[in-house]
Amino acid sequence: MELRYSEAEESFRATLREWLEHSLPAVPPQPSREDWVARRQWDADWQRRLFDGGYAGLNWPKEYGGQGATPTEQLIFFEETAKARAPYVGANFVGTLHAGPTLIEEGTGAQKAAHLPNILRGDEIWCQGFSEPGAGSDLAGLRTRADRDGDDYVLNGQKIWCSFGQIADVGEFLVRTDPDAPKNRGISWLILPMDLPGIEIRPIKTALGSSEFCEVFLTDVRVPVSQRVGAENDGWRVTNVTLKYERGTAFVSELIDSLRLCRDAAKLTSDAAHLRELGHCYAAFDGLWSLTKRNVSQTSRGTAGAGGMVIKLAYSEARQRFGELCLRMLERDGLHIEGNELVEERLRTLALTIAAGASQIQRNIISERVLGLPREPR
Amino acid sequence: MDLELSDDQVSLRDGIQALLAGRFDMERVRTGFDRAMYDELAEAGVFSLISDGFVWADAAIVFEQLGEFCVPGPLVTCAITGECASHVETSTVAIEHVSTVDYVYQIADTVTRAPASSFSGVASDWPLDPLTPILKVGSGVFGESVGDAELAQAFRRRGTVLTAAFQLGMAQRLTTMTVDYAKSRVQFDRPIGSFQAIKHLLADMVVRNEVARAAVYAAAAHLDEPDESGLDRTIAVAKVLAGEAAVVNGKTATQVHGGMGYTWEVDVHLYLKRAWLLETHFGSAESRCDDLAAILSA
Repeated sequence: MELRYSEAEESFRATLREWLEHSLPAVPPQPSREDWVARRQWDADWQRRLFDGGYAGLNWPKEYGGQGATPTEQLIFFEETAKARAPYVGANFVGTLHAGPTLIEEGTGAQKAAHLPNILRGDEIWCQGFSEPGAGSDLAGLRTRADRDGDDYVLNGQKIWCSFGQIADVGEFLVRTDPDAPKNRGISWLILPMDLPGIEIRPIKTALGSSEFCEVFLTDVRVPVSQRVGAENDGWRVTNVTLKYERGTAFVSELIDSLRLCRDAAKLTSDAAHLRELGHCYAAFDGLWSLTKRNVSQTSRGTAGAGGMVIKLAYSEARQRFGELCLRMLERDGLHIEGNELVEERLRTLALTIAAGASQIQRNIISERVLGLPREPR
Repeated sequence: MDLELSDDQVSLRDGIQALLAGRFDMERVRTGFDRAMYDELAEAGVFSLISDGFVWADAAIVFEQLGEFCVPGPLVTCAITGECASHVETSTVAIEHVSTVDYVYQIADTVTRAPASSFSGVASDWPLDPLTPILKVGSGVFGESVGDAELAQAFRRRGTVLTAAFQLGMAQRLTTMTVDYAKSRVQFDRPIGSFQAIKHLLADMVVRNEVARAAVYAAAAHLDEPDESGLDRTIAVAKVLAGEAAVVNGKTATQVHGGMGYTWEVDVHLYLKRAWLLETHFGSAESRCDDLAAILSA
């Protein structure tokens, strides 16, 4: 055990800090939340700056234009960019963190060449078409059909919770190619250009009042079979190959941000009960920050503990607890959202325990994979 | 940066685990702390790790294992003072293990001590933790000065980390024994561990252990660093999370064991009671949350 970073890692950190100091003043103010064209541009510009600075695709192999960074460097990158309040990955999320790595692992040469450079430069925004109205926690029960017709698939169905759907160029879509196979064996992974005829996108208004999620309706959408990634009916496996790219760093930005918000919130109150609860929230976030470092340590050794399964569950619940505290501390000062980051965050965090694996599903997973308890129906 | 055990630390953990499994089964643990137990642990090097060339991270690993086995005695005090001693902090209304130890320390603004034989009072005939005898103090003076505020701070930091490590070990063992029970206990023709109501309780035990373990290791590794900035914050976090893990896992273990969890025979209550006791050492979770808030507000 050792808290100190190596000289090479400290030098990586110092260079990054210098680059951030130099680059951030040139970043224009963040556009308004519902100006999707401007938001896309802002996120894409930041990705381009990362690309020009040599920080794009940090965890991608060098042969695909990435930086081939170590897990610890990846951790430092997220830590330092969050501390410097640099733009978050935003609309580049699906492309840089999920679709890109999937193509690297499973794509053909042509598929890689068509998309990877664009993703790294911020020229191509991706969205994700996985969930459906009838397939949420039970994702493998998805029913959007892709029927083979010559060299095309013909898609019919409906997707939901598609982040940045309204501005995406391309989507990674899971579709059913064999309705008769057991449900997770009849799924294929497709690259879907979002401007194809038959695709209709409707934003969903969230409880926050924002519209980052979309519904996507697919009516007789023709996609060439060459847009399939991996073998037909092998999409369930394909979609899970990206786990090794995350390397325990999934919530670094969020945790650094949470620790900062705790320090900010300490200025809001002198009430002893609120302060005690604030100390408690801080302990939860700081413990998760240590757990993140421990996960990265294990990844660096090529091992994996239970930490990765724990962080999402524990972080989302701690963050809701913190948000609740903030509302109570702000009292009637918290009755308007504009200019009130803590109130906005309280609303946004309602989704944390639901999105990307509801807390109840996470508990099932931990009890089955870590503790070996009997499995739920699949 | 590495918060995972090194190969040497894995060997150290396995070594102490083998020793405890061989000589400190629950039958012996239930006999309580005595001088033979102290001598045996001292001979194994448990109280002299730092002077023997180990670091605090190593000591945390050892104390985590002592916690797993619920080994009784003022083990943390022995390790930080180098004596066979128990300690009090600001409150002197109850003193532990008086009839077994040589000294009782007071770790408060400064460090003082007195021979255990100098304390008089009423021995509790029904202590909260049956393995931790309590003297309800009538009188006694911590006359002898051992060290100044600096030593008190050092003792408090080290004591907190080792106590948190011990609590972590207890939380882990409570989880293991409860999961084993949930897999074997059958009701409604199924192991109770197949019900989500139980599975989710057990998953939450894992969550508490994993977060607490990372926090304890980070705090112990921080003790080994010359740079003390943020040290008290890291240590407070470890104590909050490990203390909660031990107590809440103790309560969960009792619940999942059902009626058996309320019996003297099943070990769960011994762990839960020790967890409660250790919440009175080096700051409860609540007081440590207050410390964290004070650090944030400063």
